[in-house]
Amino acid sequence: MNLLAQEVAQPSIDWHALAPEFVLVSAACAVLVADLFLPRGSKWIAMPLSAAGIIGTLAAIVSLIGTETTTLSGTFEVDAFSLLFKALFCVLGLIILAISFHYFRGGSYYQGEYYFLLLSSLFGGLVIASARDLISLFIAIELISIPGIIMVALRKGDAKSNEGALKFFLFSVMSSAVMLYGMSLIYGVTGSTILSEIRTSIGADADQPIIVLSVFFVVVGFAFKISAVPFHFWAPDTYEGAPAPVAAFLSTASKIGGFVGLLVLMFKAFPEVADMWAPIFAVLAVLTMTIGNLIALRQQHIIRLLAYSGIAQSGYILVCLALINPDNPGASEQAFGAAVIYLVIYGLMDLGAFAAAVAFARKGGSYFISDYSGLWQRSPALALLFTGFLISLAGAPPMAGLIAKLFVFLATIEAGVYWLAVVMGVNTVIAAWYYLAVVKKMFFESPDVAERVEVPYLLTAAMGVAAAALVALLIYPPLLTNLADASIF
Amino acid sequence: MSWIDDWGLSLATFLPALGVVVLMFLPSARETLAKITGTVFAGLALIVGIVCAVRFDYGASDQIQLEVDATWIESIGARYHVGVDGMSLPLLVLSLLVCFLCMVYMWWHIPEPGKPKALFGLVLLLETGMNGSFVALDLILFFVFFELVLVPMYFMIGIWGGPNREYASVKFFLYTLFGSIFMLLGFLALWINSGTETFDMIALRETTGGASDLFQNLVFLGLFLGFAIKVPMWPFHTWLPDAHTEAPTVGSVLLAAVLLKMGTYGFIRIALPILPDAAVTFAPIIGVLAVIGIIWGSLCCFAQTDLKRLIAFSSVGHMGFVMLGIATLTDRGINGAIFGMVAHGLITGMLFFLAGSMHERYHTREIATLGGMLKQIPRFGTVFSYAAIASLGLPGLAGFWGEMLALLGSYQPAEALNVELFRVLMVGGGIGTVLTAGYMLWMIQRVNLGVVPERFESGKGVFDVQRLEWMAWAPLLILIVVAGFYPKILLGVTTGAVQNLTRVFGG
Repeated sequence: MNLLAQEVAQPSIDWHALAPEFVLVSAACAVLVADLFLPRGSKWIAMPLSAAGIIGTLAAIVSLIGTETTTLSGTFEVDAFSLLFKALFCVLGLIILAISFHYFRGGSYYQGEYYFLLLSSLFGGLVIASARDLISLFIAIELISIPGIIMVALRKGDAKSNEGALKFFLFSVMSSAVMLYGMSLIYGVTGSTILSEIRTSIGADADQPIIVLSVFFVVVGFAFKISAVPFHFWAPDTYEGAPAPVAAFLSTASKIGGFVGLLVLMFKAFPEVADMWAPIFAVLAVLTMTIGNLIALRQQHIIRLLAYSGIAQSGYILVCLALINPDNPGASEQAFGAAVIYLVIYGLMDLGAFAAAVAFARKGGSYFISDYSGLWQRSPALALLFTGFLISLAGAPPMAGLIAKLFVFLATIEAGVYWLAVVMGVNTVIAAWYYLAVVKKMFFESPDVAERVEVPYLLTAAMGVAAAALVALLIYPPLLTNLADASIF
Repeated sequence: MSWIDDWGLSLATFLPALGVVVLMFLPSARETLAKITGTVFAGLALIVGIVCAVRFDYGASDQIQLEVDATWIESIGARYHVGVDGMSLPLLVLSLLVCFLCMVYMWWHIPEPGKPKALFGLVLLLETGMNGSFVALDLILFFVFFELVLVPMYFMIGIWGGPNREYASVKFFLYTLFGSIFMLLGFLALWINSGTETFDMIALRETTGGASDLFQNLVFLGLFLGFAIKVPMWPFHTWLPDAHTEAPTVGSVLLAAVLLKMGTYGFIRIALPILPDAAVTFAPIIGVLAVIGIIWGSLCCFAQTDLKRLIAFSSVGHMGFVMLGIATLTDRGINGAIFGMVAHGLITGMLFFLAGSMHERYHTREIATLGGMLKQIPRFGTVFSYAAIASLGLPGLAGFWGEMLALLGSYQPAEALNVELFRVLMVGGGIGTVLTAGYMLWMIQRVNLGVVPERFESGKGVFDVQRLEWMAWAPLLILIVVAGFYPKILLGVTTGAVQNLTRVFGG
């Protein structure tokens, strides 16, 4: 009797550590309920409500700064790493709200439902930053993807939207199945789902082929989620079919969520067997960078271009994972820090580029690059901001993309993998070509139509903040690098 | 005034960047206001630069002065370390001066499609990159500034350039980016090899002694790619004629006068002192490529029909002399190289100003359609002859000393180098000077002399030098003759720093 009582006793829960998640979930529910009672013309109020919820979440995150704790029986950890990414998800969420507002208000979309789904997905991001066991990792990643699938399909009447959602759904389910299979094998071998316990258990007998197999399955599952080549096929079609703000979400927040999960898993559970999986990532990285870039060269549609460029960009982050070496902890830490820095800067610059694409297509524009000609004369501010983001993606000053690339190069050299550095170098030049092609259209050609492009203040402000942050990070990188250093496990 | 010793260089570097920020918030309709703002910021930077030059202790020009060494990216050991010595000060002043003169010149004329606010802003941004490259003493800081010039120059060529501008601008950007990536890899390899995780150019000199030959040579190769493309050395020069020909006048001027020097400066500031052994290995290769460049560039000049393209190819030749001087690894050669850099900046900058102004008058740059300029607009024609003759290296003008010292240096190169080879190179370079004289005189003959072609006989639109043009050009014209008659004005500054550098080569 006594024994039974002990077993069902509640584990002690650190409510403060969970505060950001609670705030965000409450906000999501509030949005859903409020939507029921809002008159048709006022549905847009869901957006400021969501923004307030995210700001509240940010406040909760700020209140946790400096905390290092685990709760829920060691499956949920709050540390510098998780707080950095929770804050990043919130900031990206706010920018996505700014992109979404006019887009969804103008179209015949389900505004309340959309904001609810977006917040749910962000909630998944918050959880994945803290998840420290296989089950919560899996739930978190599904929490990011599944609302994403519905959001892609929001343009119900559009065949492309349906096609994109269906592809996303099928690939997502398949990759989940593969990932789960790998996870179940790991559980079978180690007898635990908690990452730190898996690590100790694997350290004892690392040579078992079953471990190789299970890690391979898990990596493949994640490779689908982060659209690494050759598991990338769904991404461009899905992005193109989805409402543009959703594509922006998938390319940034959702992808970063996948990477966070991957980093946690690889560093917390499998560092002892890194010599086995690091080469897999090297191959994935080279394929992802090179093929992503080469296909991007031929794109005529800005969303598809950004999709392929996003694929290529994730190649650089995969490089960081390929550099892990249990015998060289210094180099491994450098690589981890580089991945964190790259993810944060990538999130800002890629989302900025999506925001600019949406701003242009909103009125009088389109998503075809050929229509960008002379944008400079139709809206100087938009052209300048767009160029800033593209130049950042290309990795040239005065934007922080250079810093992101610098740290990845540095980690690669420190790990002594020179050939990867050369491959990255060549890829950087290839990528500059297609980013510049868009810039060229905007600035070097005269406009086909003289009509000015009006950009809503909200959108300009969001882009301006992202661009200013990128410039600031170039001038004084310690703003970010110190955080990244602190967040190394 | 002691604060200027600390922050003068930073001020000279970042005042133009501040100007860009101010310009961004000005309404684009107020064109005059934009022009004033741009000129004022470039002028302020120039004044600060002159004050720095005055505070500089010329007795100790081998020492880094006006130094600031502050924390920057602590986690990787990159620092905000700036300072100048006798090698970098002349180039910094050159950059400040030429940028300011470009601002003045742009009051006279801005090519299609106008937009002075954007053009002035880009020149200012470019200036920050150029000044920063010459004062940076930390490799990462240097790299950021080195890369910073790409974007503004890309836009200058692409927006205000000639008919083939899209091709030229992208070629410029990608070519340079390609080189600088390998340069960066070299920097990072030096960092890892240092053991102390430092990017400091001075501190790194002590760290490469123990490294293997293979390592040193590979790193040097990386740096070589970055700098040689920027110079540009034959066979990496093909972006240059396109960029120069298509760029607007101020773009060509800045490209020739300052941007190219960032490559040669990189050799003497970074590659040679940090990797002296590899420099000895590479010196013969650099020397041979330099002489091929001299002769190739000169021969190409004979075949050019476009005035700007001709001057661009003459740059390939002149920068070949600079590289030949560097390859000798001697006091004489490197002093000559720095002299050549400054002289080429003054003279070729001037020639590009002239080519631009001629285009405004004749609306063509085809040499074959021009003629009799001296007859029709005598002052302009005289200035043109003056600059062209300075360019061919007439004694008494600035162009002479760089070539002479480079050739003299290759007569007796550093001990470790093959004397026979360098004497052959000297002969090659000597042939180059004859060819240079040949095409320059031929150009003067075709453009300045002869009869005025029928289509320009009316003299409509063909006016003589304007007041604003005089204002922009006079400093260059004066400095060309001053440096020619009194080379010590420059050699006196550079010698100390150069001796400091060549000590490792037994010079």
